[in-house]
Amino acid sequence: MSMIDVRKLSLDLGEGVRRRQILNDISLSVEAGDSFGLVGESGSGKSTVLRCIAGLYRHWTGEISIDGQTFASADRMGWCRKVQMVFQDPYGSLHPKHKIDTILSEPLRIHGFKDIDRRVSQILTQVGLGPRFRYRFPHQLSGGQRQRVAIARALILEPKILLLDEPTSALDVSIQAEILNLFSDLREQLDLTYLLVSHDLAVIDHMCSNLAVMRSGSVVESLSREQMVHGGATERYTNTLLRASEKYDRELVDELAAAS
Amino acid sequence: MTDPILSVRNLNVTYLSSRATLNAVRNVSFDIGREKVAIVGESGSGKSTVGRAVVRLLTPSAKITADRMDFEGKNLLSLSERKMQDVRGRRISMILQDPKYSLNPVVTVGEQVTEAYRVHNKVPHKEAKERALAQLASVQIRDPAHVYDLYPHEVSGGMGQRIMIAMMLIPEPSLIIADEPTSALDVTVKLQVLAILDDLVRDRGIGLMFISHDLNLVQSFCDRVLIMYAGQVVEELRGDELGDAKHDYTKGLLASLPRIGDRRGRLSVLDRKDSWSMPVEKRP
Amino acid sequence: MTVDTRQNLTLRQWMTTEEVTNGRQAFVQKVYWGAVGFLQNPLALIGLAVIVVLLLVAAFAPLIATHDPLAQDLGAALQPPSAAHYFGTDELGRDIFSRIVFGSRITLYIVMLVSVIVGPIGMAVGMTAGYFGGWTDKVLMRVTDIFLSFPSLVLALAFAAALGPGLENAVIAIALTAWPPIARLARAETMTIRSSDFIAAATLQGAGSIRILRHYIFPLCLPSVIVRITLNMAGIILTAAGLGFLGLGAQPPAPEWGAMTSAGRRFMLDSWWVVTMPGSAILIVSLAFNLFGDGLRDFLDPRHGR
Ligand SMILES: Nc1ncnc2c1ncn2[C@@H]1O[C@H](COP(=O)(O)OP(=O)(O)OP(=O)(O)O)[C@@H](O)[C@H]1O
Ligand SMILES: Nc1ncnc2c1ncn2[C@@H]1O[C@H](COP(=O)(O)OP(=O)(O)OP(=O)(O)O)[C@@H](O)[C@H]1O
Ligand SMILES: [Mg+2]
Ligand SMILES: [Mg+2]
Repeated sequence: MSMIDVRKLSLDLGEGVRRRQILNDISLSVEAGDSFGLVGESGSGKSTVLRCIAGLYRHWTGEISIDGQTFASADRMGWCRKVQMVFQDPYGSLHPKHKIDTILSEPLRIHGFKDIDRRVSQILTQVGLGPRFRYRFPHQLSGGQRQRVAIARALILEPKILLLDEPTSALDVSIQAEILNLFSDLREQLDLTYLLVSHDLAVIDHMCSNLAVMRSGSVVESLSREQMVHGGATERYTNTLLRASEKYDRELVDELAAAS
Repeated sequence: MTDPILSVRNLNVTYLSSRATLNAVRNVSFDIGREKVAIVGESGSGKSTVGRAVVRLLTPSAKITADRMDFEGKNLLSLSERKMQDVRGRRISMILQDPKYSLNPVVTVGEQVTEAYRVHNKVPHKEAKERALAQLASVQIRDPAHVYDLYPHEVSGGMGQRIMIAMMLIPEPSLIIADEPTSALDVTVKLQVLAILDDLVRDRGIGLMFISHDLNLVQSFCDRVLIMYAGQVVEELRGDELGDAKHDYTKGLLASLPRIGDRRGRLSVLDRKDSWSMPVEKRP
Repeated sequence: MTVDTRQNLTLRQWMTTEEVTNGRQAFVQKVYWGAVGFLQNPLALIGLAVIVVLLLVAAFAPLIATHDPLAQDLGAALQPPSAAHYFGTDELGRDIFSRIVFGSRITLYIVMLVSVIVGPIGMAVGMTAGYFGGWTDKVLMRVTDIFLSFPSLVLALAFAAALGPGLENAVIAIALTAWPPIARLARAETMTIRSSDFIAAATLQGAGSIRILRHYIFPLCLPSVIVRITLNMAGIILTAAGLGFLGLGAQPPAPEWGAMTSAGRRFMLDSWWVVTMPGSAILIVSLAFNLFGDGLRDFLDPRHGR
């Protein structure tokens, strides 16, 4: 049985005359312990899909189930314990006036954990930060360190699924390598399932075994990593993405301009 | 190389604060002609500080010194603030790192582009709006009429960045400083935006200072690359020769990149050496 | 750094080291750096000094005053400033200096009371409207708009007239007109904070609306609200003085600065000090609150300064 199952997910956003359909019949499924990549043009609704799965939007239509439980049948607190999210911008995802200690112990307090102190120091070690960061404020940390805190926060409720919304795009390549390695280690240690959004097909290739390509609110193609790497993509848009990831390619731009 | 539009020698920037003084940029020298010059390096290496120092847009606590900082024959360091404003408004455009914070949150993005147009061209609002829509279309925004009425929090990161670029291209500058202009864009849009910049360099002969940490992109897009570490330029290479880098830092950066079709269990991470931050030679 | 050397840290090092070991130290460091920043702003320091002086004067009024503020001496009416009466005397021969000294208590009382009422109401209304949006927002903001659309002095006048003149009623009247801008501000702040990722993250961890408002939005709204209230103090003092001037605030013979100015205006041409002394007190104190508020903004409000 798959860990994440999304069927025919549709969503409208906006108010009044500016309301428009953002997601249109999205379906995807991710096996337990797997990493699934979501790529696509900016504004195509990738983040929105993650926010729907996380439960940040409630008015979608369709079906979302996690570990066999549908959104309707699970209670909100139970859902929190299963799904957590890491955001793109490490500068905007930590409360500027909360110490790292507060950021990490809040969720434990909400869920009534007893051994808060032990869990906080354990998770800090697990994400490679160590106890000396515990009483700092976010502004005293670098981007990569902040992203580690965000990962620690997502993991502290011991979820089964992490939704990763471009977790490394704000970081430079050397830090990106550290964070991607951390994700790989954590997945092994904790049996996690990842749903990873990224613009960078190389990152998707490195992390994921399957991926879906999105464009203006729909999935245009789902394929495995092998298919992607060995020219098995059938959709033209997917191939364009692949070519565009290689290098700055003026011919491709001209083709794109001619096509539209 | 054509004669430089911008010529900088031994630029130093120090941030003074009650806590500490920080030499964020140390003896950086470069020329930019009618070409694309990249500045790459890790976060905190001083790339943005260099870009902002050129247009003197740093916080008052920053002290800028340089042996030379000439732009179109003018010494930027000795210009009055008024003249500098003129340079910033018309001759040098800066595309900032975070579009969300640079746009006014309570005005629709379209209105902001229109306003930017009217600052430089005395035309009626209606005409300016048409030009703004055209400008939005020229940065590959589909359905500009719809996007025109959106507020900054309603546009995706990539769109925000293209809107910023549209605004910056209005005054037709001769030097563009682009501070990670494409980090929030998806690959195809990124190429299209780069092509816009590329055309400007080729057809209008402007200079482009391209701040980025995307080595892969810089390699194929830029004519020259400056690699910065701890506030200094540790290596300068031609874009297409980035693969033959000599400096350990550059090599380390290249090795930590994941590459399509080359799957490794773990990515290699940088092993920083103290010698990388030793002072490099000054340039005359 | 090893454990042994840590114990030899001087206090200053302890307050500035990056190696923070507990929550108390983190808090002290925050205050320390805030204070360092604040001390570098001379205007704000002047403002702070005036406010401190005002507090001291109010606290030790009986010791500082040279005369009984209410004692009349018709024989010594309208005396110019002299060694016996530093600021001269008014038309009933009361010592103006002593009246101003005791008047500081009334001013402070009004200022405290108004902020205690206005802060919580403004923040509660603004944060609720901003966070929940939709109908809640529409209704609350219409109410706010109604209050906002009256000129504050006129509304205060109407209330004071309806409730009867008196210090408490003046305070209520001023508070009624002073909360809408605070609510507006809190709403605007909340709306920008609401869409941040850290609020989304908190929601994902199961935090309810109340918790998010209290723990996440409140601490971020608070600095700008404090700054705004401090800046509004000047306005509050002036409105209070205005009400006093119109006879709707503190009642005679209470030494309220506005009322003193009002009473003295008949003698202004011959006896400048009767109006000038309380008038200057109003001016200096409102200016001080403004300067202090500006300085406070620089170090409390994350978007300004550092
Ligand atoms: N609150 C909102 N109201 C109206 N439209 C919205 C809102 N939030 C997002 N949108 C729209 O939804 C679409 C999808 O946005 P989303 O953030 O999911 O894109 P994305 O694929 O994550 O893009 P990016 O790669 O740039 O982050 C965009 O067109 C955006 O303008
Ligand atoms: N206003 C400031 N006051 C004090 N220090 C600053 C200020 N702005 C930047 N710095 C410091 O100067 C150094 C260089 O910063 P800069 O923003 O130029 O880095 P960057 O290379 O652009 O990094 P990034 O890739 O994260 O944008 C950093 O150590 C930073 O902390
Ligand atoms: Mg997104
Ligand atoms: Mg930068």
